[in-house]
Amino acid sequence: MRITADREVCCAAGQCALIAPDLFDQSDEDGSVVLLEAQPDAGRLDTLREVVSRCPTGAIRIEEDPGA
Amino acid sequence: MSYPDGSPGWLITRHAEAKELLTHKSFSARQEGIISPVPTELQYDGRAADPGAFAKTDDPIHSQYRKLVTGFFTVRRTRQLAPMIERIVHEQLDDLEKAGPGADLVEVFTESVPSRVMCEMIGVPESERKTLQRHVETLGRLSCTVPEALAAVSGMSGFLSRFVPARMDDPRDDLLGDLIRGGQLNEQELMGMAATLITGAFDTTGNMLAMGVFTLLEHPDQLARLREDPELMAGAVEELLRFLTISHLGASRWALEDVEFAGQAIKKGEVVTVALPAVNRDPERYNNPDQLDIGRTDHGHLALGHGVHQCLGQHLARTILRVGYEALFDRFPTLRLTVPGDEVPMRDDFVHYGPRSLPVTWDD
Repeated sequence: MRITADREVCCAAGQCALIAPDLFDQSDEDGSVVLLEAQPDAGRLDTLREVVSRCPTGAIRIEEDPGA
Repeated sequence: MSYPDGSPGWLITRHAEAKELLTHKSFSARQEGIISPVPTELQYDGRAADPGAFAKTDDPIHSQYRKLVTGFFTVRRTRQLAPMIERIVHEQLDDLEKAGPGADLVEVFTESVPSRVMCEMIGVPESERKTLQRHVETLGRLSCTVPEALAAVSGMSGFLSRFVPARMDDPRDDLLGDLIRGGQLNEQELMGMAATLITGAFDTTGNMLAMGVFTLLEHPDQLARLREDPELMAGAVEELLRFLTISHLGASRWALEDVEFAGQAIKKGEVVTVALPAVNRDPERYNNPDQLDIGRTDHGHLALGHGVHQCLGQHLARTILRVGYEALFDRFPTLRLTVPGDEVPMRDDFVHYGPRSLPVTWDD
């Protein structure tokens, strides 16, 4: 599983940093998303799905491993 | 549905469609096309938003302005403000203690805390705070007449036209000082930005703080759970935001072109309003949506909006609410209403819902 975070699309709402602070942070400069861990444990899938669903601009995407 | 000016409009009551609308490129948040879904004398009459008033613009203008301040409102930065917020909360609770037992919680506590926090962040002197608060309140009242609104707007801009140039000559170590030193905004834009921050912060969190206390007092089982397990606080704040949805007149957008949305043909210029309270209690989205459950984990509410306009100050609001509820119920464990819940006077003619006053008492 791999996460991508698009800083161009991000509006710095910070849902990701609120829900999963170990995986996401926000830059000090403009609050845009900073990915701390691009390939987290598969056990985090539910949390990541919530992050994707709550990201207000669709900046966060997850690519699940084939067959996983 | 019909809007009060007779124009056709649309109301969204489903959660999924609300999210789709608020991220849809064919719908605009620009002030010039927005019509109020409820009767009010105040209409924008096709006027564009003031420079810097980014909430009522679309991208790219919106994000150019918003990005200049987003760094101040991250999850981490707003958590770092907790000691300042705690100090203000406890000072107001000292006043509450002195005023009672028996006081109006709105007057002594809930309405002062968020406005003091924002004033401190942008460096507005304490002496101006209550006057600004009255102006913001006037503009948020649906029964506000045009002369009343003009007086409030001129009061606000009168203050800002003294305050902003003075700070431009002498930038302080605060949010406004940083914007000034950044050098990207002219005087008019700085004024628009300051006005947006003041109006966005003053009325919203105060009503949410008051409504949350009122609601917890009316749901003693939930309050007892919260007292037993303070770890539930973050989730309780989310649940109260969902359950109460004090921005009860919703978010509105207008169609930039003829568009098919949710199976409906919507014509260019028509306005769509998201019924936020309905959306946040959509039975397709939430189990037992009308039940307050502070242990609920499936939040994802839209009380703070969605899309690029999602509330800039949401994490600041979360911190104020968390600190405010914790400190209040900790210092006043016997806090209770002095009138039956249905006799609490409500601000039912305001953009943001909340109690007009909250008569409470406690054991000395």
